[in-house]
Amino acid sequence: MSEYIKVPTMAEMAAAGEMPEVLFWVGCSGSFDDRAKKITKAIVKILHAADVKFAVLGTEESCTGDPAKRAGNEFLFQMQAMMNIQVLDGYGIKNLITGCPHCFNTIKNEYPGLGGNYKIQHHSQFIQGLINEGKLTIQGGGVFKGKRITFHDPCYLGRGNNVYDAPRSLIEKLDAELVEMKRCKSKGLCCGAGGAQMWKEAEPGNKEVNVERTEEALGVKPNIIATGCPFCNTMMTDGVKNFNKEDETQVMDVAELIAQANDL
Amino acid sequence: MGISNIIFIVILIALAGLFAFQVSKIRRNILLGKDVDRSDRKGERFAMMARVALGQSKMVVRPLAGIMHIFIYVGFVIINLEVLEIIIDGIFGTHRIFAFLGGFYDILIGSFEILAILVLLACVVFLVRRNIGRIKRLHAREMTSWPKNDANLILIIEILLMTAFLSMNGADYVLQQKGAEHYVQAGAYPVSSLLLPVFGDLSISTLIGIERGAWWFHIIGILLFLNYLPISKHFHILLAFPNVYYAKLIPKGEFTNLSNVTDEVNLMMDPEADPYAAPPEPEEGAVPEKFGAKDVQDLHWKNLMDAYSCTECGRCTSVCPANITGKLLSPRKIMMDTRDRLAEVGKNIDQHGKDHNDGKSLLYDYITPEELWACTTCNACVDACPVNIDPLEIIVDLRRYMLMEDAKSPTEWNSMNTNIENNGAPWAFPATDRLKWAEEN
Ligand code: SF4
Ligand code: SF4
Repeated sequence: MSEYIKVPTMAEMAAAGEMPEVLFWVGCSGSFDDRAKKITKAIVKILHAADVKFAVLGTEESCTGDPAKRAGNEFLFQMQAMMNIQVLDGYGIKNLITGCPHCFNTIKNEYPGLGGNYKIQHHSQFIQGLINEGKLTIQGGGVFKGKRITFHDPCYLGRGNNVYDAPRSLIEKLDAELVEMKRCKSKGLCCGAGGAQMWKEAEPGNKEVNVERTEEALGVKPNIIATGCPFCNTMMTDGVKNFNKEDETQVMDVAELIAQANDL
Repeated sequence: MGISNIIFIVILIALAGLFAFQVSKIRRNILLGKDVDRSDRKGERFAMMARVALGQSKMVVRPLAGIMHIFIYVGFVIINLEVLEIIIDGIFGTHRIFAFLGGFYDILIGSFEILAILVLLACVVFLVRRNIGRIKRLHAREMTSWPKNDANLILIIEILLMTAFLSMNGADYVLQQKGAEHYVQAGAYPVSSLLLPVFGDLSISTLIGIERGAWWFHIIGILLFLNYLPISKHFHILLAFPNVYYAKLIPKGEFTNLSNVTDEVNLMMDPEADPYAAPPEPEEGAVPEKFGAKDVQDLHWKNLMDAYSCTECGRCTSVCPANITGKLLSPRKIMMDTRDRLAEVGKNIDQHGKDHNDGKSLLYDYITPEELWACTTCNACVDACPVNIDPLEIIVDLRRYMLMEDAKSPTEWNSMNTNIENNGAPWAFPATDRLKWAEEN
């Protein structure tokens, strides 16, 4: 039993007349998916450890509309966007962080055109900032010392928004060995979940995309496949299971790595 | 001015005119697309063009093909200086009009020759690699007989042109050695002088025959080749630069927000709006704007310029996760289909007038839903394209049309959308449970 973690909601804060430093946009996966909830909690623990004053929207949060938009349902996307913008603006929120590259991309790039202007960071960038400002220190030489870790670039973080270094900088703090796959950074291969593929069977083919990607990742013999997206996490976890390698290789989010390294 | 100069001038004007006519058709076709503003951030656009088009930065990702391509590309650009001299000589009946440049002329001709032999070698390597090597992306489904023949033809023509150029110089060099009248002593011939053993013993009249024959073959060949470009993937040599210049500069992850959808959504969310009000009368003759794209005219002009710029190299397809895993989707095919359909629409306009409807469309007749639905929107194709083509924009616009206008989407996506609509998440979890994770420890 880990201790109870306190998660303040925006409604509570506003009622108390307070404003958070950042709003943590949890995302649908981070709210409902059992595996992704663990990532959400890791992020919360890090925020607490660094004394960041934050809040979540809780039940007032709604899907950003990313999967609808990528599937072609622009109507639904814009409806979702407008509703979310109303909520965010209602609270006067300006700064956000999120654990999901899809939410990150949508809010950062596609909301401004609909009137929602925010500064949003992916959690890897925010955590990197905390470390750089000295608000969070990583205890090196711990659980990850000497471990081989490879990083799978989420498309909407990497190619989509050119964030390649922040997640890697976190891994480098762990005294671990960062090993790159051949297809990495701007050449990274998709896990297969993007573009709303997460919610449907793949079209006929001869292989699943996540199997192709996991095969490549396992090829560099990692102890851990790290990523920064709940959907990539699901896809890679399934891929590792497909090769019966769960005992040798774990799939973890960078936030979980940091939380574990600091024994949070 | 002799009869041959007049013939030359007539051929030059006719073939240059035909080329201008063909280019004007392509320009018209590209402008059939909808408007999109790419007039911003000029400095960044020039920088990108310098890097990607001039500097070939994405070509060298694959070193062998990249280096060989640079030989051909630099050769093409530089040897065209020689064409200028050929045209002036052709019009005025002069011979090597730039010979007065002396030492500099020697350097010019010498470097043209070295480039010409490099181009020739690169074309031979490419031919072998394309036809004997088993490079997967060059033998995919969409590489049917025409694209294959087109690629081979381009290489063969370039080999012939370079051979003519070097033979012309080789014969000229020997004629200069023999002191033939009209053949001024000029130029350095590091490559074609190697033909001395072949040409050395020939009579002056035979040599003049070879020199003139190669000269005419070379220049007419170039003019005909120019007129082949508009129907060939080789048109990229003209569009690569503007195509890179006008490419999307915003983050790759950012998709456009459809403004006609925004209008409707605003109306729906406006508490003041009367839900029973009749929609405003459309203006006389105004076609209601579609949501998404069904045919080429629904795409924007940059998408259409992309289609004419595509070299069918398949770098996009070879990095596409859907294609790698055996799905039908191939971003290269998306571009080839767009170009073929656009050419067809252009032909229809030429033959039957502007409003002709042939009952066909890019979506369904050329590109199938199965291809479009396989896309993960990962942007790998966009990143890989050496001339910054964006197949993903077209894919998404076609998906939009299917879903919003034809209510066509995989059943699982229907449930996903219903869930988002009803409970604000793509899964069927109640919105009230959104914070449950905080209580589960
Ligand atoms: S964006 Fe779509 S078409 Fe392009 S590489 Fe990715 S899956 Fe393939
Ligand atoms: S779109 Fe670009 S990468 Fe793809 S085949 Fe055409 S030129 Fe090559």
